[in-house]
Amino acid sequence: MIDFGYGISPSSAINLDKFDRTRFEELAREEPDVLKCMACGSCAASCPTAGHSDMNLRKVILLLGRGREDEALRMVSHCMLCGKCLIVCPRGINTRHLIPSVTKIYQKK
Amino acid sequence: MKDRFISGYNDFVLPFVIGMSFILIYLAIGIIRVIAQLPAQDRKKFFLSLINPKLWIINLKDIICDVLLHTRIWKRKPLLGYMHSSIAFGWFMLIVLGHIETWMFVPDRLSTFYYPVFFRFFVMETDHTIGGSFFFFLMDFFLLIVLSGVFLAMFKRIRSRIFGMRRTTNNQLPDRIAMYCLWAIFPVRLLAESFTAGIAGGSFLTRPMYWLFSNFLTNTYHILPTWWAYSTLLGTFFVLLPFTRYMHIPTEAFLIVLRNAGIKVSHPRKGYSIAQIYSCSNCGMCIDACPMMGQKKNLRYATVYFNRLLRRRNWARCEESADKCLMCGKCVAVCPVGVDSCNIKRSLRGLKAAPAPADYGYFSTYSLSESATTSPSSAEPAAGQEKILYYAGCMTQLTPVISKAVGTVLDRAGVNWEFMDRDGGICCGRPLILAGRDERAREMIRSNTELIRQSGATVLLLSCPICYKVFRENYDLKGIRIVHYTEYFDELVRLGRITLRNSGEKLVYHDPCELGRGCKVYKEPRRVLGAVGELVEAEKHHDESICCGGSLGSLTLSYEDRKDITMHSLDNLLYASPERIVTACPLCLKTFSPYSPKKVSDFAEVVAQNMN
Repeated sequence: MIDFGYGISPSSAINLDKFDRTRFEELAREEPDVLKCMACGSCAASCPTAGHSDMNLRKVILLLGRGREDEALRMVSHCMLCGKCLIVCPRGINTRHLIPSVTKIYQKK
Repeated sequence: MKDRFISGYNDFVLPFVIGMSFILIYLAIGIIRVIAQLPAQDRKKFFLSLINPKLWIINLKDIICDVLLHTRIWKRKPLLGYMHSSIAFGWFMLIVLGHIETWMFVPDRLSTFYYPVFFRFFVMETDHTIGGSFFFFLMDFFLLIVLSGVFLAMFKRIRSRIFGMRRTTNNQLPDRIAMYCLWAIFPVRLLAESFTAGIAGGSFLTRPMYWLFSNFLTNTYHILPTWWAYSTLLGTFFVLLPFTRYMHIPTEAFLIVLRNAGIKVSHPRKGYSIAQIYSCSNCGMCIDACPMMGQKKNLRYATVYFNRLLRRRNWARCEESADKCLMCGKCVAVCPVGVDSCNIKRSLRGLKAAPAPADYGYFSTYSLSESATTSPSSAEPAAGQEKILYYAGCMTQLTPVISKAVGTVLDRAGVNWEFMDRDGGICCGRPLILAGRDERAREMIRSNTELIRQSGATVLLLSCPICYKVFRENYDLKGIRIVHYTEYFDELVRLGRITLRNSGEKLVYHDPCELGRGCKVYKEPRRVLGAVGELVEAEKHHDESICCGGSLGSLTLSYEDRKDITMHSLDNLLYASPERIVTACPLCLKTFSPYSPKKVSDFAEVVAQNMN
């Protein structure tokens, strides 16, 4: 989409052609569960860090899919790995394994 | 009784001497390596334990009970216990008696270490004495016991179910060769001793065999070959020993000494862990015990195979196996050797975990619940009155029924209590420890300790067994009593601060892994539940209770596999057809509830409902 430069706020349009999806594909290979997420937000609602940090697993998955890796990694670094999200997830996503995998894959330079 | 040969030597002893020398050198190097690899403070602990006479007595007792008599297997499965102890204790007695005989009749031969083993070959009987025939009787008696054990062992390979084992270990080639050697050693020994019984004498077993054979084998040419065979079998067995399951025979005693010294696993393949994995006898008790084994595809994740892979340094498959484990601790509880495989797996996870930077700066924004800080009781509690701080933990936040019930009971008992994390709190750290990330957990431990110290509480009450275990083991909270609510309510009942009425409901109690096997709390919840209803036991209970499947221990177990475990565990609980399942863990409650055909309640809930 052409940005004419007249907006009040910077454009929030996501251009999937502009970022490298190889890492997300690698993540999806290792953790096929990540594609199952339907962004219901149960994980974020049950997270014990809620209200104290910006950790939000639903957002992490969305951000990774959109190539905003730095933000996602910062969120993940707050995780205490307590596993509550695993229990509440209606899609049965193994979040306790997904989160370490995210750090493992996205930290590789 | 005197020497038959002046030299006291025959070439046939060579295989035995070579095998024995090899294994002794191998063991000496192994022990030095293990001690060298121990962390400095553990090494100090080990050496200090060697000069402690009290520990010597404990070590001796444990070695006799575990290594020779196998009392732990006897308690669980008598026939299997007999099989193991007959071979171990019988063989040990044969060696000891051989030495005693040598010492009695030809004391100057004691210095050659093969002589007592082949005693019957090297001596000839000149006169009968009561002492001599007594020892001969004992030798034959213990040989018979060993033989009975060997025959049971052979039979176990065909039908393990008779011994109470559904599945037994799948042996690999070296194991199999060593196993056949072991099976052959004692029958061949019987043959060798029988052939020489005409010269060296014998007792109720060897003498009749000699008479039998002498009827059709009139020459003596078969004496030497059988002794050669006996020696070769022993030699082969000893040379194969380090590469097979039978390594546990020499290493188990060393493991007991290390364990009693209080050493803990620090590296999955170094130091103490080496002693642990080499002591695994591959008996396969852990296969039936593991809750994952309901599905055949998970068989390869059994602890026995994990130990074997770790011995061979197959890191990739070890890691897979370690990540799958539920850490319910059942394999450790049933292990006759007591291999602490959960901690080995945990340290392996830690070793293989990818570095992940953690940012826990936000911990400083947590504070005690409003009531805990604003109430005047945060000052010194009145004399004789304890101040209780209730930490519900993450999981209880998902099951508010528990914290509500705990509150009701505490209010009724009239105790002075505060809710530490009513508005959410920091995780206890156990989930991270289970994932092998101890250093990250340390930050939580530090922050929580600060918060607890701030509150001025004297008792820390927990409703989650996962938290309970970590608070007991990893926190330094001197002066504060850490108690699980099952124990505390039991205490309140016994002190008469709450009274219960018996509803007559048929209840079954599920032992949560972390509370039962993890912290050994079994009788307190049962005592209280026995007072509120009719308590029945599940098919497998106490130490052998089956994990609910929701365990945070497993990192990779899929949703479907977990569900299978849950169903299996429920079947086990409903064995005595109870009306209600009671558990004392929020995670178990959460896991069981969707699948259980019967109502699942928490312990606190049941107590709160049945208070007068």
